Amino acid sequence: MADASAQTGKQMIGTRPSRLRDFWNSFRENRGAVIGLYVFLAFLLVAVFAPLIAPYSPSAQFRDAILQPPVWQDGGTWQFALGTDAVGRDMLSRLIHGARFSFFVGIVVVVVAVTGGVIIGLIAGFAPSWLDALIMRLMDIILAFPSLLLALVLVAVLGPTLLNAMIAIALVLQPHYVRLTRASVMSERSKDYVTASRVAGAGRLRLMFITVLPNCLAPIIVQAALSFSTAILDAAALGFLGMGAQPPTPEWGTMLADAREFVLRAWWVVTFPGIAILVTVLAINLMGDGLRDALDPKLKRS
Amino acid sequence: MLKFFLSRLATFVPTFIGVTLISFAFIRVLPGDPIVVMAGERGVSAERYEELRSQYGFDQPLWVQFWEYFTGVLQGDLGESFITNRPVWDEFFSLFPATMELSIVAIIIATALGLPAGVIAAVNRGKFFDRALMSTALIGYSMPIFWWALLLIIVFSGNLGWTPVSGRIGLLYYFDDVTGFMLIDSLLSGQKGAFTSAVSHLILPSIVLATIPLAVIARQTRSAMLEVLSEDYIRTARAKGLSPGRVNGLHALRNAMIPVITVIGLSVGTLLAGAILTETIFSWPGIGKWMVDSIFRRDYPVVQGGLLMIAVIVMIVNLTVDLLYGLINPKIRKR
Repeated sequence: MADASAQTGKQMIGTRPSRLRDFWNSFRENRGAVIGLYVFLAFLLVAVFAPLIAPYSPSAQFRDAILQPPVWQDGGTWQFALGTDAVGRDMLSRLIHGARFSFFVGIVVVVVAVTGGVIIGLIAGFAPSWLDALIMRLMDIILAFPSLLLALVLVAVLGPTLLNAMIAIALVLQPHYVRLTRASVMSERSKDYVTASRVAGAGRLRLMFITVLPNCLAPIIVQAALSFSTAILDAAALGFLGMGAQPPTPEWGTMLADAREFVLRAWWVVTFPGIAILVTVLAINLMGDGLRDALDPKLKRS
Repeated sequence: MLKFFLSRLATFVPTFIGVTLISFAFIRVLPGDPIVVMAGERGVSAERYEELRSQYGFDQPLWVQFWEYFTGVLQGDLGESFITNRPVWDEFFSLFPATMELSIVAIIIATALGLPAGVIAAVNRGKFFDRALMSTALIGYSMPIFWWALLLIIVFSGNLGWTPVSGRIGLLYYFDDVTGFMLIDSLLSGQKGAFTSAVSHLILPSIVLATIPLAVIARQTRSAMLEVLSEDYIRTARAKGLSPGRVNGLHALRNAMIPVITVIGLSVGTLLAGAILTETIFSWPGIGKWMVDSIFRRDYPVVQGGLLMIAVIVMIVNLTVDLLYGLINPKIRKR
């Protein structure tokens, strides 16, 4: 009898789905999230292999094909499937190269904001109360400014380049991670496993990064996915206002800024970069919703 | 309650000082010497340069400059614009009504559509309506609004010719500001067609500005409703035989409103950030466009003052929401 139950117990351990598998199973339930994931992967591939996929260089100008409409409209040719812009550059090639910038922006901003935010949040969670209060007031101050405005002024201070735009956006997004991390740390800190670890002689750094941090990760990962899309949107907005990537960079927001004067004459110059931004951001947000449902049962959309 | 009030106020004051410090610091580190910028292309002699430097107090130590700025701020003195030489405070309040009008109309649109959308989605959970509404909301939430604005211009101003592309009112109409709200002033002026003109100018910008709050409100209402609908008192109400309309509309929505109102209150920051883009695209003469223009013109006192004023408005609204929330929900006060 005892043998049998040990046997089934062993079997159960053997067949118990791993955490990753478990996560994938619940992520897969959400059809939107899976679609979002595929679109995101496609976007990633396009970004990585842009020079191979794009028919032309993003800066090549075809002087005899200025403002040519896309292929399905009168006057369009397969040579420029999505038409050309005001100086005869191929829209499709520029959009494909633009994916690189957006992806790059997303990655850099999320990495910088998460790393900084998590470390500061951990410090705030473990620090004596005066330091904690000081850090949180500082974050309140940053959060008091509308994020786009603060990023705009920061870029004006640092100089209008894509790199500075990324720094500004990362700085503006960071307080969210500080708050999130601190809140999770606060609720984890008093739990038994942390006390046990402390009694066992774990140092403060070990407690912070090895004992507590892994248990705070779920909401941070969800927030990171959502920040990825915020970063792309804000970078495009800054580029649109002339405070991000500068022309002739084929960044999607900057392309829209260039296209503004052709709004009423050449719809394709305006429409396609916007669709690219929207589809990418939508895919990431769909994925983020799925991640939230799969990782954090408490936040589940019921 | 008093203790709760005082504790919130106690965090407000240091944040206010910090916000002042940050907007002060930004200008000191901006590239380019403000006086050279102010002199423009004609340049400035070395004597005059020193004279201006001391006139604006740039030769003082930083902490003295900050102290003067800070005491000035408390008295409503934000300095003068380099370009127009008008006090920043006056400029801000002459442009603020335009932004306010746009934001109020936007939030009305967002609430009027977002609340019912969220309720309908929650009641039809998992069915077609729910999925259609929530997909639309997610698209709205992911929308680059500057592009959305351009699309609307292409369709409604370009192809259909229904709405003007920029400004607040047609050039034909002229009347004095009474309230600063174009919708009200145009009515008061009694000129024929003025009100219609104001409305047609306002409609596209307010739709653009409403888009993201609308999506947020719809999503928030849905999840708040879903939570409330599973409560016992809803089952009781149903068991008593109340009509679905009464249960959903009265019992559930009323309790679901608390988090939703918070979201509406807290979207002021989002609105002001959105106003920067919306006003720039539609040439709407409000503080968003004013800020962007001033950044490009390197009009430092305006950038500094505008940044501060906007942050203070956001802080005051957040504080008010916080306090009201504490008033409605005693559980919050204990924290």
